[in-house]
Amino acid sequence: MASLVLIGLAAGFLAALFGVGGGILIVPLLVLVRSFDQRRASATSLAAILVSSVAGSITYALHGDVKPGAAALVGIPAVLGVIVGTALQQRLPVRKLSYGFALVLAAVGIRLLV
Amino acid sequence: MTLALIALLGVVAGVFAGLFGVGGGILFVPALVLGLGLTQLHAEASSLLAILPTALIGSWRQWRYGNIDPRAAALVGAASVAGVQLGVLVAVRVPEATLQRLFGGLLLVVAAQLAWRTRRS
Repeated sequence: MASLVLIGLAAGFLAALFGVGGGILIVPLLVLVRSFDQRRASATSLAAILVSSVAGSITYALHGDVKPGAAALVGIPAVLGVIVGTALQQRLPVRKLSYGFALVLAAVGIRLLV
Repeated sequence: MTLALIALLGVVAGVFAGLFGVGGGILFVPALVLGLGLTQLHAEASSLLAILPTALIGSWRQWRYGNIDPRAAALVGAASVAGVQLGVLVAVRVPEATLQRLFGGLLLVVAAQLAWRTRRS
């Protein structure tokens, strides 16, 4: 139980500091520390992210930092994208694509760093 | 950048999230900063709201598949609320340029983790 609380604390901190879900931390930790299989870890992480993103949105909104129009502009089309992406996952060579996606992430990271 | 293009980036972020289990927020933030010209802080705050519809629908589907461990999700989720308070406290105090550099560093870490995970699978 203590390990789950620590995972939640760290994930919430990361989520709020960077505006991300926190799955990047929750999924591997549930697998490594709690011996979850990959599928159960991703699903459980998604449910926990629901809580942290509600908490984060409310806290940031109280600071006046949330732009609802901007959020809707990317957030609503993303729902369509997730449905497409999940379906494509069954048909595409995800392994090769993952390296391409990692390169894109690294390029954007470097763009923001310099 | 036109609004239609930003919305398209939203679709792409969703596709990546579905394909690789990484995405959503990590792509919303640069899209809002580089595309819409939001500050890093406003982009991060708005990204958390933008994650909600996807997380809601994803959780609902996973719940029906029976893949969610409700006790673990509740504990991690409840504890995350305290972590979020600390994260917001830090984010609103850190200078804009520093926050953007930290996020750039996070992207590099995520890219490395994704490549490593793929290599092992």
